[in-house]
Amino acid sequence: MNLFYPIQAFADWLAFTVFKLTPKSLAGEAVNFFIFDSLKIFILLAVIIFIVSIIRSYLPPEKIRNILARKNQYTGNVIASLLGIVTPFCSCSAIPLFLGFVQAGVPLGTTFSFLVASPMINEVALILLLGLFGWKIAIIYIISGLIIAVFSGAVIGKLKVESLVEPFVYQSVAHGSAELPQMTKRERIIYARNYTLDILKKVWPYILVGIGVGAWIHGYVPTDFLAKYAGSGKWYGVPLAVLIGIPLYSNAAGVIPLVSALTEKGVAMGTTLAFMMSVTALSLPEFMILKKVMKSKLILIFAGIVGTGIIFTGYLFNLILK
Amino acid sequence: MKIQVLGSGCATCKKLFEITKTAVKEMGMSEEVEYITDFQQILNMGLMSSPVLAVDGKPALVGFVPNVEEIKKAILKASTKL
Repeated sequence: MNLFYPIQAFADWLAFTVFKLTPKSLAGEAVNFFIFDSLKIFILLAVIIFIVSIIRSYLPPEKIRNILARKNQYTGNVIASLLGIVTPFCSCSAIPLFLGFVQAGVPLGTTFSFLVASPMINEVALILLLGLFGWKIAIIYIISGLIIAVFSGAVIGKLKVESLVEPFVYQSVAHGSAELPQMTKRERIIYARNYTLDILKKVWPYILVGIGVGAWIHGYVPTDFLAKYAGSGKWYGVPLAVLIGIPLYSNAAGVIPLVSALTEKGVAMGTTLAFMMSVTALSLPEFMILKKVMKSKLILIFAGIVGTGIIFTGYLFNLILK
Repeated sequence: MKIQVLGSGCATCKKLFEITKTAVKEMGMSEEVEYITDFQQILNMGLMSSPVLAVDGKPALVGFVPNVEEIKKAILKASTKL
């Protein structure tokens, strides 16, 4: 029973009947793979982002802040990481979230748990993982992401680094919480539709290029070609993948399809997971923006702890997922 | 009545500002729509999402940009509450 059977049938028809490519030929397989994967991913994206946005309209950041402000340190880390899954995240919202949380009295460690989970475990990355790697890898990614977020936040909370936050942050105190205007059903649908279209508009070129290059690799690069460079036996694979991932955040949507093709050619699964986590959770533009509210030292501590967590996860799954 | 659009200066906020100006004009109101990009002011209202449409200092729409008609409704709803 395959939910995507109609898409596969359509891709077969387009590649082999309309374009007259030969099945089982290199070009035929690559084109077929490209059509099937892009259609599948775009349908998944449109449906799932819409559903997540509707849920999100019931959980605005103001509500999340009020929940977190009432929690103690450790429960806070866990809840912050879980809530990070449903919130949208782009580096442009890092500052408002940080200021809003800290000024409302959310502990620094809890705030950091949220800052890690929110970009790392987002619906776009999850759909791509689900569509290209299958549900097992998607679940492994979510669970390890949550553990890294809880752990990083807990460590930062223990370090007592409040002095490394710019003093102006603590000078204003958010006065209570404004009553949010109640959204009507219509407004929720408008919000979800706008959000879904915005995301699709932003990511479609990256995804097409990613899947396109992936399809080419799928068809033309010999299997296991990369195994001798990036297989699980190579110790430097994981840290190198994490370093390469840091500047790639804005291209996350294109990177995942590309990486899925590389995995077929012998890159170890743990290395792949570490790479994707680094792309989403460690983002250079976000670090630059965070400099407005905290000292560089705190950003380094933050990146160091999250990076260590990701590298550990990479090695772990290189051992387990053979 | 004081009508303000608050945002971080991003494209979405600018869009809400433009649409709100149109809505106010179409409603035959003489009020100027004020555009504020100081994020601390959003935080001081107890909010964290942008953009915000505020009527007399109270949030009427938060975090998304609807069409002109929805904005008119939100302004009417907020002004009848006062």
